[in-house]
Amino acid sequence: MTTGQSMKKRKTATAATSNGKSVGPAEDGNSSGPAAHERAAAVPQERVPVVADAHATQHAVEQFLYRQAELLDRKRWREYIDLFTDDGHYWMPAAPEQTTGEGVPSIFYEDKNLMNVRMRRVQHPDAWSQRPLWGTNHVVGNVVIEAGDAAGDELVVHSRFHMMEFRRETSRHFGGSYIHHLVRAGGGLRIRLQRVDLVNAQGPFDYVLQVWV
Amino acid sequence: MLQQRPDVRHAVEADRVHRSVYTDPAIFEMEMERIFERVWIYCGHESQVSKPGDYTTMQIGRQPMVMVRGSDGKVNVLYNRCPHRGTMLVGDRQGSTGEFFRCSYHAWTFHTDGRLKNIPMMESGYDGTRWNRDNPDCNVKKAARVENYRGFVFASLAADGPTLQEFLGSARIAFDDMCDRAPAGEVEIVPNCFRVIQNSNWKLFLENQLDALHPSVTHQSTGRAAREVELDIARQTGQAPLSYHMLSAFATVTIDKWDDFQTLNYPHGHCILTGYMGLRPQDPDTLEYERVLAEAYGKQRKDEILSTNIHHVLLYPGLSVQSPLQQLRAVRPLGVDKTLTEIWHFRLKGAPEPIYRRALAYYNLVNSPSTMINADDLENFWKCQQGLSADGGEWVSFHRHFGHDIARDGVVETAPGMGTSEAPMRNQMKAWAQFMDQA
Repeated sequence: MTTGQSMKKRKTATAATSNGKSVGPAEDGNSSGPAAHERAAAVPQERVPVVADAHATQHAVEQFLYRQAELLDRKRWREYIDLFTDDGHYWMPAAPEQTTGEGVPSIFYEDKNLMNVRMRRVQHPDAWSQRPLWGTNHVVGNVVIEAGDAAGDELVVHSRFHMMEFRRETSRHFGGSYIHHLVRAGGGLRIRLQRVDLVNAQGPFDYVLQVWV
Repeated sequence: MLQQRPDVRHAVEADRVHRSVYTDPAIFEMEMERIFERVWIYCGHESQVSKPGDYTTMQIGRQPMVMVRGSDGKVNVLYNRCPHRGTMLVGDRQGSTGEFFRCSYHAWTFHTDGRLKNIPMMESGYDGTRWNRDNPDCNVKKAARVENYRGFVFASLAADGPTLQEFLGSARIAFDDMCDRAPAGEVEIVPNCFRVIQNSNWKLFLENQLDALHPSVTHQSTGRAAREVELDIARQTGQAPLSYHMLSAFATVTIDKWDDFQTLNYPHGHCILTGYMGLRPQDPDTLEYERVLAEAYGKQRKDEILSTNIHHVLLYPGLSVQSPLQQLRAVRPLGVDKTLTEIWHFRLKGAPEPIYRRALAYYNLVNSPSTMINADDLENFWKCQQGLSADGGEWVSFHRHFGHDIARDGVVETAPGMGTSEAPMRNQMKAWAQFMDQA
């Protein structure tokens, strides 16, 4: 169902590519055949194997989101930060109506430098709040590619997540939506902006959030 | 009302307090009655209710209250309670009620100053009862006293006691320092409240605010992490943003250097911690701000304002103010071992945008729910709460530099080179004992 929706949007988007040539997928979403070959040829610089095909793009984006969640749950902070472009930002708005992290209160609004501070803090042997160690479990779903075309450089992806955290004796539950602005770089997808809207962003936090959700 | 109040007369000594003041639920109830529901408690800033009918809610002690801008423009503080069946009049944390409150249960309506406006079918239903328009019990109860200091609204639920200015005394510099830094002489709310719950007694938070011994220990992981990245950025681009300095200072100012700071301890438990966090660098943004400020006040007054040496002001029992960064934390005790902090940021009216952005970075990094600083504080508070519940010892020590404090005109100053004195904790508990002793 989500694939169908994303295909519709992608179809609209592909009409606007610079060479005027349709590089969108076939209506049936079939990835084989000459059309696919043409589409691949249209973006020779890209090493993402999937850019020209809606199903394959959807699949690649989903795999990317799952990998991101896994890196968080496994506390592989360096690899998580490396998913971001050099000018990338991780943003958790303080309120759902916010449209930018610039100049407004945010729960998180971090570039890679600040993300490095956060990583180094939790890795420091005397980060007291890291004892006992804690665990999280992210589940990501409802992945919809909302904007972005085969030749364009940015995909806008909406998804939803649940995250359960266990620390010391207490479980906490966070849920909400992600909006990823993804670009193709370094042989794969990279995050230019990850927006995280917690459903409970406006509620009181019983204890704090120590790392990215 | 409690059947029997605990005897707290022996719980506080000049240099130590008994652990029960942090753990005994009966003492907590007595604190609500004799401290929070009597003294001046911060309700909010008047810019939160800028138009008639605007309201915001908060707890004063155990009482749910609503601060509302009246139809006449005056700010009122009312019990958030319909006098009919006790229903809360507003259920949202903030909003606008228009020209009157209307109870959602039976449609009783009230003016924004609490006076009864109308009861449906009042004429036919209340003959011969004591319920009539002249009975003051028909009105929404108001806080006994409401006062405003430079836009900051406080309420007291007791009819008698010192005025707000008398109560704050010299510690009202928290608000003067904040407002004077604005070229327009006032601040306005940044409409966002971060709320963080601490699983510990409210006094642990207050004591920590002026505890100059803890930062280099508690926050060394964040300080060092920020220092490393700050140096990386400096190597690459020459200058890291000031926000890195605000974090790295927790590591670069080592434990012995904190003795160079000073605390000033005032009547009623208020305290000031000096120290300035290097907020007056020579970058173009700061220089432009200084130019605007000099235009508003003249150069001499501008220099006076910017040299005000304050890191933190604690307004006992419920407010911690960082005036140079225009933020404050209001403390709302929820139980003997549970405390809510409400964290606000203010904009200096007339100041250039980059000055707001600089303070905002601190609000996001230090005071938001993703705080890299309070994460470790809250961990310590929780551990304190657990440890104090145990029978391993009866007393909490506030002995550091005890006997060296300098008393001058009712103000207790720490001696030179003794900034890590536990004088603020001694001062708070002294005030606590006085409040608790007033029947």
